[in-house]
Amino acid sequence: MKRSAFDRHRAILALPGVAVVALAFAMPAPAWAGALLPERGGSPNADRIASLYEVVLIIAGVVFAGVTIALAIALVRYRERRNPLAAQIRGHTRLEIAWTCAAAVLIVFIAAFSLSKFGAINHPPKAAASPAAATAGVPDGGRGALHIQVTGRQYVWMFSYPNGAFSYEEMVAPVGVTVELDITSVDVAHSWWMPKLGGKLDAVPGYVNHTWFRLERPGVYRGQCAELCGRGHADMVARVRGVSPAAYKAWVTRQKQLIDQANQRAARDRASGRQP
Amino acid sequence: MAATTTTPTRIPAGVPQIAVDRVRRPATPGWVGWVTTTDHKRIGVMYLTTAFAFLLIGGVEALLMRSQLAVPKNTLLTPETYNQVVTLHGTTMVFLVVMPVWAGFANYMVPLMIGARDMAFPKLNAFSYWLYAAGAIVFYASLLFTPPEAGWTAYTPLSSGPYIPGNGTDAWIFVIHLTGLSSLLGALNVTVTIANMRAPGMGWGRLPLFCWSLLAQAIMIFLTLPVVAAAVTLLLTDRHFGTCFYDPTCGGSAMLWQHLFWFFGHPEVYIMILPAFGLISEVLPVFARKPIFGYKAIAASSIGIAFLSMLVWAHHMFATPLASVVLAFFMLSSMAIAIPTGVKILNWVATLFHGSIAFRTPLYFAVGFLVLFTLGGITGVILAIYPIDRQLTDTYFVVAHFHFVLVAGSVSAVMAALYYWFPKMTGRALSEPLGKASFWLQFVGFLVTFLVQHSLGLSGMPRRVYTYPADSGWGTDNLVSTIGAFILGVGVLLTVVNVLVSLRRGRRVGPDPWKGNTLEWFTTSPPPPHNFDAIPRVRSVEPMRDIRRAVRERTEAARAG
Repeated sequence: MKRSAFDRHRAILALPGVAVVALAFAMPAPAWAGALLPERGGSPNADRIASLYEVVLIIAGVVFAGVTIALAIALVRYRERRNPLAAQIRGHTRLEIAWTCAAAVLIVFIAAFSLSKFGAINHPPKAAASPAAATAGVPDGGRGALHIQVTGRQYVWMFSYPNGAFSYEEMVAPVGVTVELDITSVDVAHSWWMPKLGGKLDAVPGYVNHTWFRLERPGVYRGQCAELCGRGHADMVARVRGVSPAAYKAWVTRQKQLIDQANQRAARDRASGRQP
Repeated sequence: MAATTTTPTRIPAGVPQIAVDRVRRPATPGWVGWVTTTDHKRIGVMYLTTAFAFLLIGGVEALLMRSQLAVPKNTLLTPETYNQVVTLHGTTMVFLVVMPVWAGFANYMVPLMIGARDMAFPKLNAFSYWLYAAGAIVFYASLLFTPPEAGWTAYTPLSSGPYIPGNGTDAWIFVIHLTGLSSLLGALNVTVTIANMRAPGMGWGRLPLFCWSLLAQAIMIFLTLPVVAAAVTLLLTDRHFGTCFYDPTCGGSAMLWQHLFWFFGHPEVYIMILPAFGLISEVLPVFARKPIFGYKAIAASSIGIAFLSMLVWAHHMFATPLASVVLAFFMLSSMAIAIPTGVKILNWVATLFHGSIAFRTPLYFAVGFLVLFTLGGITGVILAIYPIDRQLTDTYFVVAHFHFVLVAGSVSAVMAALYYWFPKMTGRALSEPLGKASFWLQFVGFLVTFLVQHSLGLSGMPRRVYTYPADSGWGTDNLVSTIGAFILGVGVLLTVVNVLVSLRRGRRVGPDPWKGNTLEWFTTSPPPPHNFDAIPRVRSVEPMRDIRRAVRERTEAARAG
């Protein structure tokens, strides 16, 4: 009788754990990567955020396990039937001071550790003259960064390149070159987010927000608007296509030509009074 | 103090301090009696029934969203309807469920817990309830026209500019005004009642912790609800009277709204969770048969949380253009709030140690609260680190985080409060087997719904999207989450069934079925209109224990004699 009651409670306590494990295994294998950690593998800032997250997650896991285990012990050990007489304890000042201090120390540690990592996440590395960047058209022999303007509007992202070219929905960016983004909006608030290329930055009308990335390899990176911006919010997707610096240079020049030609055609049409 | 502790505990005998048979108007029968009542208990019950009705409505809205997201490219809801349901769900749960449900318990229980005969301002109390009811009607009347669709945060310029047709946002503004005023007057009433109407002997150090948490909540309500009332008034004038507070095209700032809203919005989280802290601090000692561990630390940390809660608002804005020093300040202040919260959790666990724990339904919900709220608190610390927050904010990770705090936190505590106080309110106990089944369904359903949402957020799914493509890889997690939401829904329904059945068929209980600690258990269940025939002198934090001991000693003495 006593024994079975004990088992029942133990089963009750084990249930959440079992549920978690069952859920973890229910997920498809490719989901493992994003299941416990933020996305990484596109740009150093995203990688560094994921590494910082890993450390904090481990600390958090230890704290959660500690509290849950203490709770479980209390529930099993001090059940009515096992412990019919409750001790009349009202507190323990030294113990309370000790755990308040311990909590404070832990928080200070997490804060200090995090702060020490912020520089590398928030600021692109100071670039030496890089041939890749020079090829991509970064001025001053490839020192500094390539600036691309990101403008949000309902429900599309627009990208403006230094030579005056622009594109919608898909940004083309050179691999191995630090790209700095100046993010703004012309209507409501949007949020620029490419999970593999670092954290999101809001596009707020009237303000310019900044972030950066440096693509490690060619490929297409996906993201979408992360701030509710109206009925088409879910459809406001974006892509970053990473190409070689030479290919970027060629693309951006060609894009500029196409835009100029289209503008000239439109101007001619307007002058001759023809509807396009 | 020393003098009172040496005096033997006794029940006041002889002539009661206030005569029972003072002139009482005959009770008005039927619904007129309810509508015109100024009795804190009836107002409390009206608050609670209205809030639970909206819990079901808000729950249906949640299930609509989960159904839409169960599979990729679903077409159950249009984008327009989805945004409306998002807005209705958030606003309903915050302003029409959690805040008023605590107002309901506070109304019913504060006078009883402190040994008072009613609230300080009974008519104002009724007015608070009717303001809340008016807010609810105004808000839900928008369903007949154009429901709001800017989210419960109503970010400008989406809410202020010409981006959403119709007047739904105005209905949203008015629900904030009306329920805000209701909460302000309610908090005023609770504060004055607690400050002035405590039983003889109940110093501040003997005030029940639920009342302490309501005082801390009242401070936050006084300081932040006027700010959001002003903010939505500016929004109203921007929308209709040509002002430019939030419009960047004519000199306003879209960020101003975010600052004003979150200056209210973050303390709002604590406005919803602090009464839960108080409730847990009442329930655990009763079912562990042991005094609360560290009364002073728990009371003080409530006030500490109230203070810190007003210094953390910009952690909702880590992705907006803010200076690094501002980001660092709000990161550190947000982390600091984990210290008083952590202290409370440790005190609660310590309360259970060396106790003699009775496994009743309120304790189940209280323990569920401890496990899940701790997890929600910990993800809160992770989110406070702003570069990490920039990966996670506005994703399903944040959705999971605040549902751990507000559903597993506040709603678990509401359930605990319901099972704990229902016998006092009705004279009948809720069914224990149904209650425990409801707990397990809610607990498991909650975990299934929200654990996987952390993963969804980590793998890039933003919140408030009405659909997602099939190749995103989010399908399985979303389906799991939807199944969990329905399990959770069944769990809540089971409690509703339990209440309806137990109202008529529940086991009849006496004044003190749980062997409670506080004065509400001193009077009959349900209490008479005047609450107490005689108000006992309070000599500790647990006056009912003193009274029970005195009765036992006297009975033994009588037997021996």
